This record gives sequence, structure tokens and C-alpha cells, in this order.
Amino acid sequence: MPENKLEQYIRQRREHKDLLLMTHIVLGYPSFDDSLRVVESMVEAGVDLMELQIPFSEPMADGPVILKANSDALSHGARVEKSFELAEQIVQRFDIPFVFMTYYNILFRHGVEKFVDEMAAIGIQGAIIPDLPPEEGEEYLAAMQRHDMAPIHIFTPNSSDERMQLLSERSAGMIYAVARKGVTGKETTFSDDLGDYLARCRAATSLPLALGFGVKSHDDLDFIRGKADIAVVGSETIRVLERDGVDGVAPFIEALQA
Amino acid sequence: MLNRGYYDRFGGAFIPEILVPTFDELEQAFNDAQADPAFWQEYVELMSTYSCRATPLTRCDNLTGHFGGAQIYIKREDLNHTGAHKANNVMGQGLLTKRMGKTRVIAETGAGQHGVATATMAAKFGFDCTIYMGELDVERQRPNVFWMERMGAEVIPVTDGSRILKDAINEAFRDWVTNMDNTHYVLGTACGPHPFPTMVSWFQSIIGKEAREQILEAHGKLPRRAYACVGGGSNAMGLFSGFFDDPEVELVGVEAGGRGHGIGEHASRLAYDDASIGIAQGYKTYFLQDEDGQMQDTHSVSAGLDYVGVSPILASLHDNGRVRFEAATDKEVVEAMELTVRREGLIPALESSHGFVQAFKEVGDLDPQDAIIINQSGRADKDIFTVADAVKDPKWEEFIIAKAEEYRKHA
Repeated sequence: MPENKLEQYIRQRREHKDLLLMTHIVLGYPSFDDSLRVVESMVEAGVDLMELQIPFSEPMADGPVILKANSDALSHGARVEKSFELAEQIVQRFDIPFVFMTYYNILFRHGVEKFVDEMAAIGIQGAIIPDLPPEEGEEYLAAMQRHDMAPIHIFTPNSSDERMQLLSERSAGMIYAVARKGVTGKETTFSDDLGDYLARCRAATSLPLALGFGVKSHDDLDFIRGKADIAVVGSETIRVLERDGVDGVAPFIEALQA
Repeated sequence: MLNRGYYDRFGGAFIPEILVPTFDELEQAFNDAQADPAFWQEYVELMSTYSCRATPLTRCDNLTGHFGGAQIYIKREDLNHTGAHKANNVMGQGLLTKRMGKTRVIAETGAGQHGVATATMAAKFGFDCTIYMGELDVERQRPNVFWMERMGAEVIPVTDGSRILKDAINEAFRDWVTNMDNTHYVLGTACGPHPFPTMVSWFQSIIGKEAREQILEAHGKLPRRAYACVGGGSNAMGLFSGFFDDPEVELVGVEAGGRGHGIGEHASRLAYDDASIGIAQGYKTYFLQDEDGQMQDTHSVSAGLDYVGVSPILASLHDNGRVRFEAATDKEVVEAMELTVRREGLIPALESSHGFVQAFKEVGDLDPQDAIIINQSGRADKDIFTVADAVKDPKWEEFIIAKAEEYRKHA
């Protein structure tokens, strides 16, 4: 199979940089205008790719920080249509790949094919749908494949080698490995166990490997370097945003990568 | 994943990847239990010694006389230990938890009945126990919170979202994705990802099995209709499953009509036209949601029916016409409850009283030679504060004020 566009980008970028950085924002949080400014600071500070989360009222896999960002965005009137409009502006203005993260009901209600067609039309390169196991994702996977977009599945410490292989076969672009059990934004212990798990992930897929959940410091990135291709910083950037405002984002990203 | 668990186009298992092995383990344990006759025997034995099975089927001559028409029989799930049908499911899942070698249980609760039942089971089996309960429900169901805590459960008020049942379910899942190694999530109703809808319905089927035998014994033939309230749908699945093979028995599910039609005013997913098909909380069914798929607020006088989704099995039985769905408003519910208390000395929970409303509307039109069964899924002791407010009982108010004064003096 020819390499997916997102995978190509990651591989090319990796030739010059030993660990890429992916960050996460919730579209419409703290407001639609601020979302755009946050992306701008992140890209300028050297982020390599980004997850744009379309808010959902029942974000089952998310911890308190992203949960609150989802519900705040919704109570400020974040409609799916508006998320698409903002995502389109973002993709046009910034020259890094963007992927969507959201829950399956958002696609299902919109019409799965229509949703994927529209993602493709605005230049989104992939998607992470944490409540859509490949067994339920036939329509989604077919639509993603038609557009050469990346359906990104999740490896977990509980996944068997066999399960990892199946998930890898159904994915394109990259694999998102969660560092531990639980929801987003809680403490992760960066230990030998995690190293062993990452080695198991590495062996199960030839796709680029991203590690997320609880990644928030320069030291964490040092630990991940050499074991995965991409470090994902999610909840922590939202915490920084809450504490220091939009202006706090760039210094935080720069310090991570210093 | 072993099985995707569909009922026509509803159900499935839309679960985070981290839980895939946990669900495989649960499904395996459930399949083994179902295939093992000794398991069901142990279950029935437990329910007849620890709870009050078989629960009676009570013939209600006074109500029958009041309405004229078919004879009214009431299935007394309120006589279960902890006062509701919830015990059936919880004790069954407790036995499964033991089989899987887990040492901790978690549960969501709306009215608090499922939480109390789970806390009771945990106390009996020696499990650690955490109950998630929407903050609003903690406020309106304080007596149940009191008992859960006395039984050693930790009750965590959920302050996210609309702070009711669905939010408690999300929070229980967040606990489970962290602690699945030693923890079983005792989901309280016939909803959620496969195998929960099937598994909970299986444990609740004890209601229908008994009711079918009892009505044949008491009345000599099958009932004309069977009524049950529908929140998530477990008590309805329990009663109805006894009659699925009897096409002459009409099955009627009654949802929370709240203040009437319109999103935000009620919790009727099937009887009203406000719901649409979606996927949330791990399964596909009718949800009260907007165009984008965001879940909307619901309302009911009864916390236990105040839920945004409905059992995928009932959704399929709605679409194929096997079960008819109706809605009862808050006002009708309180009236039906008061009438039942006055005429029969039975105290149906506000949840259960929804089934009574629809039965009372129709029973007068039926032949006196016929019978109907209403499922009294729980008792109303827990509702004393809500009911006292609804009927504006001045003596109760005086009592509460006096009690408050007393506490204030000690404080």
C-alpha cells in the first residue's frame, strides 16, 4: 500500500527532528477566536501536528480538564458546523497537518460519509474517534480510505499483541498509544514498564507511533525520545491556557522542546 | 471483541479501546454463567433467601372495582430487599463479580435504588464499593445516600453535565477505564454496551418468569396486557420477557412524560417524537439529542426515569411493534400513586407509578373476564420528600421545620 499523506509528512519531518510534538485543542474553547490564536502560538512555537477536538456532550474517554473544555465550548454555542468553519480557516492558514478528534455520535448524526467528505474537502488529514472500535467502524473506515485520510486507532497497555496488529491494519498515518489506563490528563509514571510497553507497540506496527496521556514536561519528552515518533501533549496545554491565558502557550511549548 | 450485540439496528459496543479486554472477559463470564444451570440455581436460591423471591402477584379488588373492566394484578417487586427490582440485577452481577475474581464494584445511580442495591450486595459479598450519583439526584434522594454510606459505600456526587443519571454513567466509565483490573462496573439497567443489555435483562427475567406462572395460577389464563415503567428499561424487560412468546399479551411500556412534549420537558424517547437514533454511553439507541448529536436535558418527577437513552432491546421492540410505548406526566403520576396508596395500601415508587397511570387510563375498557399486570418495580419510601412536596402536606412541612430547628440547636 502506498504511504498515506500524513505518514509521509511524519517520516519526512522525523529525518530532521528526533521527536515530533502533537498538541490538542478543543474547538471553541475558551472561544472560537481564542482557538485560532492558540493554534497560531503553537505552530509558531514549533508544534509539528495538531488534534482539533470537536466538542461532544458525553466525552467518555476524557478527564476533567478536557471534559470541562468540551462543556464550556458547548455552552458558548459550539455547533459542529462552526467547528468545521474554524478548522477550515486553521488548515488554510497553517502549514502543518491537522487531525480531528471527536466521538462517534458527532459523525453518525452528521452522516458518516458526509462528515468524512467534508473533512477531506477542508484538508483535515485524519481522525481519532475513541469510542469507535474498528468492529463498529466499517462505514467510517471505508470513507477514510477513499480519501486517503488517516483513521488513527489507539493502543493501550491492556491491548494484546494480536489486538495491536488488528488495530494497526485498520489504521493509517500513525498509531496513538496511550501511556496508561484511565482518562486524559491524569498523572503518568514514566518508568521501565512504560518502556517495555512502547517496545511492544513498536513491534506490533510499522506505522509512526505517538505517545499520549499525562505527557507534560521536558523530562517526559526526553523519556519518550527514541521510543516513539511523536509526543502528544493534550490536557496540559489546556491547563496552561487556563492558568496563563493564550500568551502562556508559546513559552510552554518552547520550554517543552528546549 | 467477541460479539457486537445487536438487536436489529440498536445496541453494539462503542467502547474505548482500553476496555476491550474487560468486555471480552465479562462476556465470557456471562456466557459461562448462562450455560451453567448451577449458576441460575445459585441465583434463585440467593434471591429467595436474601431477598424476597418469588415476589407476590397481588390482586387489587378495590382498584378493579374503582375502574370497572379487567382485573388488576400488581407484581410486587417493591418487596425485594432494598425495595426495588434493582436487587435482581445487582445480586446476579455480584455472583458474576465473584466468578471473575474481582474485589471492587462501582455503579451509577439515579433515584438511588440501584446504588443502595449495589452497596448492599457489596456489603454482603465483601467488595469495596463506589457509587456515582448526579449532584441533583443526591439532593432529591438523600435517604438513599444515607443508607449507601451506612453500608460502607463511597458516594461521589457528579457535578459535570446536567448532574443526573447519564453524567453518573460517564463518571462510572471513567473510573472503570482506570480500575478495570480489580473492578466490575455494575451497570444498573438494560442499556450500555453489549453484553449489559442482554445480561441485565437475563437477571431481570426472573420477574416475568414468576409473573407468568402466578397469573396462570391466579387467573387461569394469560393477562390481556402487561404494564411497566421505562427509564433505562430493566424492569420492563424483566416483566415483558415472560410474555414475549405470548402474542396475545399486549406489552405496554410507560415513559416519563414530565411536563409534556418538547425537548427538556420530559424523558420520553419512544412515546414522543423528540428523540432520534444516536450513539452515546457505548451503545446505539434513541436519544434525546439535538441535530449535532449533543445530548439534551431531560426532566421527570422521578429521578429513576430521568434518562436520555433507552434500552436498545426496547428500541427494537418499539420499531417492530411488539411493545407499545406511552408517556405519563408528572401530575398524572402523583395522582395514580395517591389513588393506589388510598385504595390498596400499596406504595408504588414514582417511577413505577408511570405504569399505573397508563393502566388506569385503559383498564375500564377491557372485559371483566380479562386481567392485566402492572409491575410495581419499587416502593416509594425513598420518594417521601418529593411526594410530600407534590401533595403539599402541611404536617410533613411542620415536621421537617421542627427537625431542622432541633439540628440547628445542636449545631
